[in-house]
Amino acid sequence: MNSHIPRWKLSLVARVALAVALLLAVGGALVSVAAFAYGRQAAQDAYDRLLVGAATGIAASISVDGTDLVVDLPVSAFQLLALAPDDRIAYRVTGTAGEVLTGYADLPGPPDTPATGLDFYDARFFGEPARYVAITRRFAERNVSGPVEVIVGQTLRARRALALEITQRALVVLAGAGVLMSLLAVFVVRSALRPLDRLAEAVARRDPYDLTPIAVPVPKETEVLVGALNGFMGRIDQQVRAMRGLISDSAHQLRTPVAALRAQADLAAGEPDGTRRNAIVTRIHRRTVELGHLLDQMLSRALVIHRAESLRREPVDLRDAALEVVEAGDFALTAPGVEIRLEIGEAEVPVQGDLLSLTEAAKNLLGNAVKHGATPVRVGASVEKGRAVLWVEDSGTGPAPEYLARLGSRFAHNATSRGDGSGLGLAIAASVAQAYGGELVLETVRTGFRAALVMPLGEVTE
Amino acid sequence: MRKFWLLLGLLALPLPASAQEVSTRFGPEDANVRLLVRSTTDIRIFGPVIDAFLAARPDLAVDYEQWGSNPLFDLSLEDCTQERTGADVVISSGVHQMVQLVNNACAAPHVSALTTALPAALRWRDELWGITREAAVIAYNRDLVPPGDVPRTRFDLLDLLRPTASPYAGHVATYDVEESGLGYLFAFSDAREATTFGALLESLGRTGAIATCCSAEIIAGVADGTYLIAYNVLGSYAQVAALDDPRIGIVLPQDYTLVLSRALMIPKEAAHRIEAAAFLDFLLSAPGRAALSDVLLINPLTDKASAEERAPLSETALRPIGLSPALIVALDQQKRAQFIHRWRDNFSRGVRP
Repeated sequence: MNSHIPRWKLSLVARVALAVALLLAVGGALVSVAAFAYGRQAAQDAYDRLLVGAATGIAASISVDGTDLVVDLPVSAFQLLALAPDDRIAYRVTGTAGEVLTGYADLPGPPDTPATGLDFYDARFFGEPARYVAITRRFAERNVSGPVEVIVGQTLRARRALALEITQRALVVLAGAGVLMSLLAVFVVRSALRPLDRLAEAVARRDPYDLTPIAVPVPKETEVLVGALNGFMGRIDQQVRAMRGLISDSAHQLRTPVAALRAQADLAAGEPDGTRRNAIVTRIHRRTVELGHLLDQMLSRALVIHRAESLRREPVDLRDAALEVVEAGDFALTAPGVEIRLEIGEAEVPVQGDLLSLTEAAKNLLGNAVKHGATPVRVGASVEKGRAVLWVEDSGTGPAPEYLARLGSRFAHNATSRGDGSGLGLAIAASVAQAYGGELVLETVRTGFRAALVMPLGEVTE
Repeated sequence: MRKFWLLLGLLALPLPASAQEVSTRFGPEDANVRLLVRSTTDIRIFGPVIDAFLAARPDLAVDYEQWGSNPLFDLSLEDCTQERTGADVVISSGVHQMVQLVNNACAAPHVSALTTALPAALRWRDELWGITREAAVIAYNRDLVPPGDVPRTRFDLLDLLRPTASPYAGHVATYDVEESGLGYLFAFSDAREATTFGALLESLGRTGAIATCCSAEIIAGVADGTYLIAYNVLGSYAQVAALDDPRIGIVLPQDYTLVLSRALMIPKEAAHRIEAAAFLDFLLSAPGRAALSDVLLINPLTDKASAEERAPLSETALRPIGLSPALIVALDQQKRAQFIHRWRDNFSRGVRP
């Protein structure tokens, strides 16, 4: 059913999983490098201490015998070095004059940095990389005076093995943490996406005719989406309501005149007298014309409401609407004695709306004015207090105040009770005004009674 | 004497084989590969082991050269420093010398299931392996030493030598530490092992004990009565001799017994490394160990049946000389000079005209 909906190539879950996997991979690589560096450093430190221990032991074993320096090489020093069981051992002791006392004569010496008495350095031992320490013991005897240097070195097998072991252990822990984090990520992603699932479920479960807003609690991120959805459904709901109202109103309004017509027709059928029957037929004719007028109005209302609610709004100059109303000249026929004036200024009166709907609304107002008001009737458009106004004014006193109050509440209802369609015109005008964010204002002014569509001012196009 | 050997070795440079004691050829003359084995082990003892190896590898032949431990060390070191092709296999009882050779990067590594199965003390860096199990024993002449006098421990030996008119004065023999690499190693290990050594050295020196070079000479001397007691003799040789000569008695000292594993290495300049490795693997394999056991180069020691004097040793009395870099100390110039000086001091003091 959703096959026509265009989709992202990856589902949300896949995207998050990919992101988490990438994060874990990059993080894992970084931590691995760090673990290896740490392992190397730790192994280096541990075995450097062995070297220092051995060198110190050897240095301590040097004694002075007359004019000679005697090195009584301690086995313990070598046992210490043998803790790195597979590494070869290099050592050398040089006397105060730099002469080799014992050990490997051709060992690489420490770098020429200022001797601190304890120098570590890397060099080779019979072709194999090795780590050396050089320590200096100073003698101040009668016959022997000066520095005695002890160099102890060791190849790197044990260090490398330890570094590798530390790294491997760290990696095992890391892998475990990675797996755990992946599982947590699955859990977190699922729980984060659950509101979406709930929403989808709620929407799928709804009755197709249920147009009430979705009430499922959703996270902030999807509020916009749900808001749009609710707005969309609200508009549909409004239209459906309007349609329903229109249909019931129409049925209601048609019932009374049709019943009256039938009664008149029955009367005419039972009337033997020709003159009176003619009078009845004349009444039937008048009623039919009124019914036709009512039908026109109802259709107009349906059209106007539909257009107002469904059509894209365009900039409209209300002066055009006023002009259209006056020039149509519909009322020249039905009420020939009424004088209709157009009153518009030089300035544009812009609104966002639909010219046809506004014209229809104004026509209805004009119709009411012509029918119920006093001549002359003025039609105009103007900007008043920052709002655009399309108005129709007659010179009468207007309807009674209590009637006006009732008109203000329910135009349509009123129209049905009256059965003459004048309220319907007001209803149309009110609907159109509301559709464009405005209102219908009925008031008695100095010069008469005025009905006005008051709407927000649109942008000036010129 | 060491200088003498060195000199001899240097003189014999064009023909290094001339410094050897004995040379024997094993296997077919037309074999493709002739494995050169240089060893300190007596050829008469080691011969059957080589025969067993060649029985398993009829395509090979072995040239066996028997050397003293010091000349063998000097020659091997020289081969190594001059990067000269020498022996394919070097086996020495002077394990400290072998450790030194490996430390000087003279050995080629070899790893196999058999080498990795060795205990850590019998293996170093996968370049040096211990292939035998031999004790340092006290040998004595059964006819001339009354059973009550037979020393079971070093303390017994000290007691025998204590009286001013001890009949054993001048009739106790041991290795000369300067001439025999093995003797030096045993003495050095003794010195590390217990304070008894000082007293023993003093006693031996005071009573005019004889320090001589070679196992064979010492054992022959014990058999013919020249020496009544020999201290720190290599047990394998003594036991082999005792099999044929009932006059020779053997004691494993009960205070502690040094246990030696002859060390084998494959020089990095060896011409036939693969065959050498095969030889090593054979020595470590069950048939090889059986062959070594047959010639008593592998001695169970704690086994009652094998201990001639019926007093079985406890395992705790065994002091294996492990293959460890700590043995490098033994060959340190100064340490060695001091040790030999100390030895000479004692022995020269007691020398009789």
